[in-house]
Amino acid sequence: MSLMIEQLITFLAIFLGILSFVSLYRAYAGPLAADRVVAINVISTKITIIITLIAILTDQEFFIDVAVVYAMMGFIATISVAKYLEKGKLD
Amino acid sequence: MIELLRIGLVIFLFAASAFFFLVGTLGLIRLPDAFSRMHATTKCDTLGTALALFGLIVLRGFSLVSLKFLIILAFLWLTNPTAAHIIAKATYKKHRPEEPREEK
Repeated sequence: MSLMIEQLITFLAIFLGILSFVSLYRAYAGPLAADRVVAINVISTKITIIITLIAILTDQEFFIDVAVVYAMMGFIATISVAKYLEKGKLD
Repeated sequence: MIELLRIGLVIFLFAASAFFFLVGTLGLIRLPDAFSRMHATTKCDTLGTALALFGLIVLRGFSLVSLKFLIILAFLWLTNPTAAHIIAKATYKKHRPEEPREEK
């Protein structure tokens, strides 16, 4: 892997990290609960992409399984919070 | 020549992915309503994710790792619109969008 590709992947990972911190503002200051849930969902998607980028960058392929599990966890968290918002209980 | 073309394609895909993530985050911060924020973020999620993962697939070539990337991509494409739909349904029952909302 050439040096330029490595720098490109590192730049994209750092950029996504900065964007995650920017969208953390909406999770902090969102007036409704839906704003916070949407912000957390976006952050979890970005972190999935960051994990795959790091897996390619460090050439350790089992990190990709971590990314799969992280995507599933973000989906389950979003679904459970939305169900709690809709019904008021979780059973 | 082929190598140069491949690197150029990877650069283009990564740049497009960064652009769409930037636009989605901008919409999440700047748009006035919860539903319009949801509209911005789901588009950035599906398209930015797809472009970044296709860039990685072009980078790695035809291998098992690329198949895992495709699995991640299919899972995200299934779950992100579903999650946005469920959040929108739960919010719509409480806060109708035509009601006047107070700004914070």
